[in-house]
Amino acid sequence: MTVIARPETRVLPGRSAGLTESPVPYCPGCGHSVAQRLIADTIETMGLRDRTVAVIGAGCYTNGGMSCFDFPRLSSLHGRAPAVATGVKRARPDAFVFTLQGDGDLAAIGLSEIVHACTRGESIAVVMLNNGTYGNTGGQLAPTTLPGQRTATTLTGRETVAHGHTLRVAEMLAGLPGVRYAARGAVNSAQNLWRTRRALRTAFEVAAAGQGLGFVEILSQCPTFWGVDPIASLAQVDAHAKAAFPLGDLRDDRV
Amino acid sequence: MTEKRLMRGNDAVAEATVRAGCRFVAGYPLTPATEILEYLAWRLPEVGGTCVQAESEIAAINMVYGAAAGGAWAMTPTSGLGLSLMQEGLSQLCAVELPAVIVDMARMGPGLGTLSPSQADYNLATRGAGHGDSRMIVLAPASAQEAADLTVAAFGLAARYRNPVLVLGDALIAQVMEPVQFPPLAEPPAPPPWSLPGWLGKVPNAIGEYRQDLASVEESVRKLQRKYAAIAAAEARAVALYCEDAEVVVVAYGTAGRTAMETVRAARESGLRAGLFRPVTLWPFPTAALRDATREARAVLVAEMNLGQMVDDVRLALAGRIVVHSLPRAVGAFPPEEIGAALLPLLEASVPA
Repeated sequence: MTVIARPETRVLPGRSAGLTESPVPYCPGCGHSVAQRLIADTIETMGLRDRTVAVIGAGCYTNGGMSCFDFPRLSSLHGRAPAVATGVKRARPDAFVFTLQGDGDLAAIGLSEIVHACTRGESIAVVMLNNGTYGNTGGQLAPTTLPGQRTATTLTGRETVAHGHTLRVAEMLAGLPGVRYAARGAVNSAQNLWRTRRALRTAFEVAAAGQGLGFVEILSQCPTFWGVDPIASLAQVDAHAKAAFPLGDLRDDRV
Repeated sequence: MTEKRLMRGNDAVAEATVRAGCRFVAGYPLTPATEILEYLAWRLPEVGGTCVQAESEIAAINMVYGAAAGGAWAMTPTSGLGLSLMQEGLSQLCAVELPAVIVDMARMGPGLGTLSPSQADYNLATRGAGHGDSRMIVLAPASAQEAADLTVAAFGLAARYRNPVLVLGDALIAQVMEPVQFPPLAEPPAPPPWSLPGWLGKVPNAIGEYRQDLASVEESVRKLQRKYAAIAAAEARAVALYCEDAEVVVVAYGTAGRTAMETVRAARESGLRAGLFRPVTLWPFPTAALRDATREARAVLVAEMNLGQMVDDVRLALAGRIVVHSLPRAVGAFPPEEIGAALLPLLEASVPA
């Protein structure tokens, strides 16, 4: 029998020490709070809390990140988190710096900042929550919206001729020099939680060790703007993964 | 002070940045400010500092924001187009009260404009920093030496008030070669207690916390307003020359102020009672000093290398007490005789019949 090594992560009982007691400010069924819990657990188990600077982008997760993370944190203008993180990391090289961004924040308005942070090989970690829409402003078209997906600005569904194609961010960034690790995970099942937890740990280790940029895209369900109930949204994540966003490691160049 | 060195304004600003204790600079190449970035790209590593060539001015100001949050003195050099792109970042620096120094070597606008020296960024610089009720201190040098001195001062002001400070020069100050003296090299300051990452258990261990209740939002902007009022009361600076008995006072800043000084001196040599008032801070505008300098004046002439921007602040300051004439110049620097040609009729008209 093959013995598979258990990932160096564990489920922490109760509230993670990396989270405050503030109520989680998300819609029922949203995947963001689970992703946030995984991030906080990872930082706690790695013993990074006192030297972390979390740079929080602008989206549904802004309030959640700023009020719920119980380690040093800094808010960023929409899309600029990788530039802000660059400044923090260059000023405080001993800090562990990561960004929390959404797909609109990173892949639309902030594409320039993330691409150049990657090519410079900044030793930061970047976590992008991908729910395929702009949740914070009411569910509009995002770069990651799938063909046919209905949004507030594509009422009859995204048509590639009129609205463009879906951007696959993890694949694009995985091809850039300076990126040491890139993966895509999800938070819709126990198995995916474990895999995403491991991906976060790997990306954070890469950045904390000064090896370059570690990137994790997390597919997050948005029942509110997908127009489905929370249970159905979990299955929809699997459908999205199959259609355009395959899960797993896309690059692993760890030293 | 060390020995005098012959340097152009851009290099003087760059060296002054290092001497002040700044060790983090991010910038994007833009004529006529590019040499500041070029100089710092080799100079900062010599003293253990970091110079990042950013992918845009937007990234540059946000790198400055991050470095400032980490407790570093941080700076970015640019020109007007870049300053336009930085507005959102400047507003955010003001909102969360982070120190930063920005240098704008202004060129003519609007749009792409030309590379000619210009003071057309006056309104952009002085009417707040980006959206919202935000303000930044604006310092206007008239020589390479003053550019160096005000750059050093800018870091102290930024740190004291935890606010962005803009040094507003122009293409002429950027390129002029002059002897410049610098203070000795200062060590970078230790990260302040509010900087990140800070330490565990520190409350709040965050910069830019999201506020939802309106009372706390209002208090945060009122707190900023009190700070701006304190800056306005304490930091206004100006140079007044021959104003005690001047019948006509020329108001001009930066390069135009330097040209106007020649004109005013020539008028004095001819026995005419002209004076010069040169604002050194454009925000806060030196209102009280201007009122004082124009006590004896019957007319004021505002000479500026734009189509008439600072003249609004002069009119606000004097509140209709004295006739204010505008002498705009669309492109490039004033020849002294152009200011003289506008000044002379005012001086003659002010002589009692």
